[in-house]
Amino acid sequence: MVTYEERALDALGDPTRRAVLKRLRGGARSVGEIAEGMEVSRPAVSQHLKILKAARLVTVRAAGTRRVYAVDTRGIEALRKWLEGFWAEALTAFKAVAEREATKERKR
Amino acid sequence: MTEPTMSRSTDANSVRKVVSVQAPQAVAWRVFTEKMGAWWPLAFYKIGKANAVDAVIEPRVGGRWYERGEDGSTCQWGSVLAWEPHSRLILSWDINADWQYDPTLKTEIEVRFIADGSDRTRVELEHRHLDRYGARRDEMRAIFDTEGDWGRLLEAFARAAAA
Repeated sequence: MVTYEERALDALGDPTRRAVLKRLRGGARSVGEIAEGMEVSRPAVSQHLKILKAARLVTVRAAGTRRVYAVDTRGIEALRKWLEGFWAEALTAFKAVAEREATKERKR
Repeated sequence: MTEPTMSRSTDANSVRKVVSVQAPQAVAWRVFTEKMGAWWPLAFYKIGKANAVDAVIEPRVGGRWYERGEDGSTCQWGSVLAWEPHSRLILSWDINADWQYDPTLKTEIEVRFIADGSDRTRVELEHRHLDRYGARRDEMRAIFDTEGDWGRLLEAFARAAAA
């Protein structure tokens, strides 16, 4: 089975797809907006977007009759969840050390 | 002992925590900045090859924030962006998704120490600009490759978050 990481690697191996992703960094865009000023046709851009989507690098939603593409932020959500757990642990340990230190100073 | 609470912010690109500590503001500040090695989960987060024995913040704007290994080696994590003793600290945490130091990838950690009477301190922490990981994703091809790839790292994040 091909994992999505492998697909992502393949997807990013193409300079046009990297250019497409770069355009989405500034915010969500429609196929037409992405294709504007690029040297490839609109259907070609659609094809590239399909591959990026399969690799979980972009997401798509319908806005009226248009389909709007954006950078997939699920990776960020997983990172955020991990950091939530990390900071909870770190601050719990910090609190314990700070309170021990405060007790020590009060006894002085 | 109470757990740090989490206020769910609308900003998906930051993590916020608040903890109330039974210690004067100056003590809380000192333990956070001078004794980080005593509480930072070094077993859980460090980037050097050597076993990390301490986490150090150089006490000035522009100072380095780094880990020290048992062999004396140091590995930088970030730097000090704001240094306002006893009340406010901002660190940049410049670690990429591959757990390597990358000075161009700045996420920020702001910590505020608010006195709550003479013997208690409210510590508010915000880790922000997490989107800078995502924004860099297309440039970070290498991390999709072989060992230590983004996907595998995210799986580890998810496991740790679920644990």
